[in-house]
Amino acid sequence: MPKVTIDGHTIEVPEGTTILQAARMIGPEVAPPAMCYYSKLATSGGYCRTCIVKVTQGSEKDPRPMPKPVASCRTTVMDGMVVENKTSAEVLEARKGVVEFLLANHPLDCPVCDQAGECHLQDLSYEHGASDTRYEFERRTFDKIDIGDKIKLHMTRCILCYRCVKVADQLTPGRVHGVINRGDVAEISTYIENAIDNEFSGNMIDVCPVGALTDKTFRFKSRVWFTKPVDAHRECSSCSGKVVLWYQGAEVLRVTARKDAFGEVEEFICNTCRFDKKQTADWVIEGPRKINAHSVISANHYEADTVNPGPVTPRLN
Amino acid sequence: MGKKLLLANDHVPGIQSLDVYSKHGGYAAVEKALKTMTPDALVEEVKTSGLRGRGGAGFPTGMKWSFLAKPEGVPRYLVCNADESEPGTFKDRYLMERIPHLLIEGMIVSSFALGANTSYIYIRGEYFYIVRILEKAIEEAYAAGYLGKNILGTGYDLDLYVHPGAGAYICGEETALIESLEGKRGNPRIKPPFPAVKGLYQCPTVVNNVETIAAVVPIVNMGGAEYAKIGIGRSTGTKLISASGHINKPGVYEIELGVPVEEFIYSEEYCGGIKNGKKLKAVVAGGSSVPILPGELILKTAQGEPRLMSYESLADGGFATGTMLGSGGFIVMDETSSIVKNLWNFTRFYHHESCGQCSPCREGTGWMEKILHRIMDGHGKQSDIDLLWDLQKNIEGKTICPLGDAAAWPVASAIRHFRAEFEAYVNNPGSIKEVRHYYSVNNLQPA
Repeated sequence: MPKVTIDGHTIEVPEGTTILQAARMIGPEVAPPAMCYYSKLATSGGYCRTCIVKVTQGSEKDPRPMPKPVASCRTTVMDGMVVENKTSAEVLEARKGVVEFLLANHPLDCPVCDQAGECHLQDLSYEHGASDTRYEFERRTFDKIDIGDKIKLHMTRCILCYRCVKVADQLTPGRVHGVINRGDVAEISTYIENAIDNEFSGNMIDVCPVGALTDKTFRFKSRVWFTKPVDAHRECSSCSGKVVLWYQGAEVLRVTARKDAFGEVEEFICNTCRFDKKQTADWVIEGPRKINAHSVISANHYEADTVNPGPVTPRLN
Repeated sequence: MGKKLLLANDHVPGIQSLDVYSKHGGYAAVEKALKTMTPDALVEEVKTSGLRGRGGAGFPTGMKWSFLAKPEGVPRYLVCNADESEPGTFKDRYLMERIPHLLIEGMIVSSFALGANTSYIYIRGEYFYIVRILEKAIEEAYAAGYLGKNILGTGYDLDLYVHPGAGAYICGEETALIESLEGKRGNPRIKPPFPAVKGLYQCPTVVNNVETIAAVVPIVNMGGAEYAKIGIGRSTGTKLISASGHINKPGVYEIELGVPVEEFIYSEEYCGGIKNGKKLKAVVAGGSSVPILPGELILKTAQGEPRLMSYESLADGGFATGTMLGSGGFIVMDETSSIVKNLWNFTRFYHHESCGQCSPCREGTGWMEKILHRIMDGHGKQSDIDLLWDLQKNIEGKTICPLGDAAAWPVASAIRHFRAEFEAYVNNPGSIKEVRHYYSVNNLQPA
């Protein structure tokens, strides 16, 4: 089993593990951020470049460093590999550059965006971004398209992570959307305007790292930090039925899949669970969802049994 | 006169036809290779020749061939990259237009060496008229028994197809080319796995440039050792250079690697000097992607030695004072040309051609173009120059494929060598007369 050292932590991992997976095994403190990689979706990753790391020693056999920063999500570890992530100023600088590119055309409409509070791009720019923008041109916009009554597509917010395309390829019977056009006018779209309607399409909302795909049934209902997440389950014939209900008072505002420490869903859920079962009576309540104390969702005095976050990471810049 | 291996017969009337081509020694390499040599011996021969990829990167071809995985029961493919779209490069076009059979002969020999029974020529969509030339030549080769089943009675089968692209520069990147050939969106794949292991239809594949494959023919005819004697050092053989810009005789020239740059620009045999007796200002030596060099640095290296047309000499000094041989698109600019305008034009191209898959290239190329357009429009700021420098640095080496690097290098080199010119544009916008309000006057959107 290859041994890899990331930021001074050494770990032995199974053959074929990527640097990012190995770093996640060590712990969230060491793991590079990932905007497009999704461990539950095959062939995902490699596009956003936020997870780039520096390989200072290729392997035991060939100790030469890799000439360029590599995407940790798509690079498998070799025995004796030494990787620098947060300990390398060069990597942090490069990552800051990538974040700047991701934000260059992002509308930054967080105040009206339903994703705010659980947005990966927000977290990323908070941790790795600059405090202001050097982009002085008009931001890119797209013609709005309607992709059905369940999911709202906001193309201006999209960072083209391709996750929703992979969900459609790998979870649903037929993909009707994809990336059209190229370069900076590339967009997620259905060709020609077509509803994305199948039993697992709702998972596109959960995998979307930004507010490009949001739940129409939850649209503008509430900020996420005013809602209270509760674990619940039900007998479902098409999925595991394990979900989180987001309550405001006694009302279930939305239903999502359960997400782990890296913001990835634990198990994908079906649209029936997500959109149609919004009564407490439909569910068996398990108890409050454990939320990381750093999250803004916890900031609203939702402190019941929060996860101990460990030592606080200092802000990087 | 320098030695000519590829374009020795390009002036012969009717050389496009198989009859005339055969009369001038054509298809001798096929006879020799298929009847007297083994595939492994051929690969060895190419290794000995020291042939390096002519598409731009200059990777040793023999080495690339020997990396090809050979699992049992899985087909292998040879793909010829004829998606020549680099601004300033038009050598493959000339070769395919004039001597199509040379490429086909090279394809047969190379496919035999690699054990491929199906091969493709992926040609740029805009070269549609060359598709017809190649298809006619392939038809003739089938009729003469050089293609198809049991070639020349040796029991070797080969089918050769021409596949036109749809006009995307990115499809010249080998994995994007493979995706496009498979009928998918032309996005580069993330490597590894490399095409030599998993390429076309997930099978081992070699992708070579047109000129590289054509060069296999003289290598087989004369032997690898003999070929290695031509050229200089590790730059063996001859190279097609497409010369353009402010020179008296633009065109495609076959040079023996190692010709001094000064001789190439000024001698009557090649470019014939700068047009209208003007002075040399700068040269882009290998297609738009390689760093631009000012006149004094292209003629002499930083150490004052004469610079030669070879992989090593042009790269002497790294990117600080050197450049690359690249694909051989030699663009000469005289004293009247504007480096900033030229750079803006290049950047516009890369912005337009970025596939949009990874973020630094998708967002960065457009941003750089907008800044350069602003400078050209007379609204540039001093900080724009530093911002451009930062942006190119953030793109270079951070992308999936080399297009990001290709977009970053011209910007870096232009600022490195011609910063004063940028500053003049910023400080004295009145001096810019040419391109002001290019987009609004022409009712265009930035690409």
